[in-house]
Amino acid sequence: MSVIYILWLREVKKYLRSRVQIVASLGSPLMYLGVLGFGLGPVFQRAGEGKYLQFMAPGVIGMTVLFTAMFSGIAMLWDRQFGFLKETLVAPVPRLLIMIGRTLGGATVAVLQGTLIFVVTLIAAFRPESLLAVPLAFLVIALIAVIFSALATAIGSSIKEMQGFQMVMNFLVMPLFFLSGAIYPLEGLPRVLAALTRVDPLTYGVDGVRGLLTGRTHFGILPDVAVLLAVGVLFVVFGAWRFSKLEA
Amino acid sequence: MSEHPIIRVQHVVKTFGKVTAVNDVSFDVRAGEIFAFLGPNGAGKTTTIKMLTTLLRPTSGSLHLDGLDPTTQQTDVRRRFGVVFQDPSLDSELTAGENMDIHGVLYHVPRQLRRQRSETLLKMFELWDRRDDLVKTFSGGMKRRLEIARGLLHTPKVLFLDEPTLGLDPQSRNQMWTHVKTLNASERVTVFLTTHYMDEADRVADRIAVIDHGRIVATGSAADLKRQTGTDSLEAAFLKLTGTTIRDESATAADQMRQVSRVWRR
Repeated sequence: MSVIYILWLREVKKYLRSRVQIVASLGSPLMYLGVLGFGLGPVFQRAGEGKYLQFMAPGVIGMTVLFTAMFSGIAMLWDRQFGFLKETLVAPVPRLLIMIGRTLGGATVAVLQGTLIFVVTLIAAFRPESLLAVPLAFLVIALIAVIFSALATAIGSSIKEMQGFQMVMNFLVMPLFFLSGAIYPLEGLPRVLAALTRVDPLTYGVDGVRGLLTGRTHFGILPDVAVLLAVGVLFVVFGAWRFSKLEA
Repeated sequence: MSEHPIIRVQHVVKTFGKVTAVNDVSFDVRAGEIFAFLGPNGAGKTTTIKMLTTLLRPTSGSLHLDGLDPTTQQTDVRRRFGVVFQDPSLDSELTAGENMDIHGVLYHVPRQLRRQRSETLLKMFELWDRRDDLVKTFSGGMKRRLEIARGLLHTPKVLFLDEPTLGLDPQSRNQMWTHVKTLNASERVTVFLTTHYMDEADRVADRIAVIDHGRIVATGSAADLKRQTGTDSLEAAFLKLTGTTIRDESATAADQMRQVSRVWRR
């Protein structure tokens, strides 16, 4: 227990100390929110879908959580050669505890970052339907964070080259975001795209958060949460397995 | 010296695909001694350390550390050694004290003892005044000292030092070996080190093994090696044993990253 706690604390401490990084990582969500949110707003309104900012704010929160969680796991690559990871790999502690500590730490950081963006969306005039649903929405956000931290751990344990990082960004993280329905409604999509959105776990995350915050959901909140829980368990097991196979 | 060797390596082979990094290596390290493992780049030094520290499994052969097998009794073996890797393994975004603390928790050192020992070690390595500073503000020598102090926190029986003085100035190197020698005497910790500086090995090591192309080519004290080769310095003995050709290692992913890290560092 103390092992998980200290590794979790390490991630959170590092996050809170890296002011520059916090500000820098606000960049892309702010751009999506500002440029897309306000740029596509009029078209969305004319299509009779209501306020676009209201629609996409949960998507941008989901995106932030995805990016932060994936990044913290991929930073592991560097950590493995020039950092602290090796110290933990030779410690007389089961790998599983180390993996859980790191993953929970990464997930917590992602949730903190998501909270920050949530506050930004409020400033940009996003209005949740009911304040009571906000804590519930954060539970869904936490699920998203755990899923992608675990996936990132699995990837960080499996690739060796720094160039692999670019591959992961272009062929995994960006598609996960664009296919998630974060920036467009899931109704009336072409069949192929609709199918693709359904295999993206982030779709259910964004849908759940959107359902709780704005009352608009495609699959329904309970099915969303059920899918997220199942994927979460799967990814944590997969991540733990890959991490246990890690050779330095 | 006790009869029972603290490290026993017998006929160990490690292959990576077609490359044989370690080829039928056998040696013993006696409890309490300072043992230097010398060899040109790519000779198999780091691979041997990684096998002894449970990070790699040998392809064949047997390894024992304090009578335990690193491949099957990982946790017990890990409790018994401290290690300073070739590449840094500190968390540079945390303070020196925090790095020590995490190590203490990972090795289940009770809180009281952890504080005490942390203080003793940091004072000994002249880092106590800087304990609340972030590691990223430290010089190369200070980071190395901190890593050694951390490796000793849980009172290990064996301390592995893989090229610990790489990139340090002569002052830092000199001071570091003085500390290591002192600790070896006061705590009876066995030291297993690798280095490219022959003068260091000559000065600190009780016994030396020279490894080349994955095979041990000579073992003995510095004096033994000089006598065997009929030379008057360890450097000359080393060159006579391993030849003067320069080794062309193929660059691995880690080497490429090392290159980048060198460019980024300050």
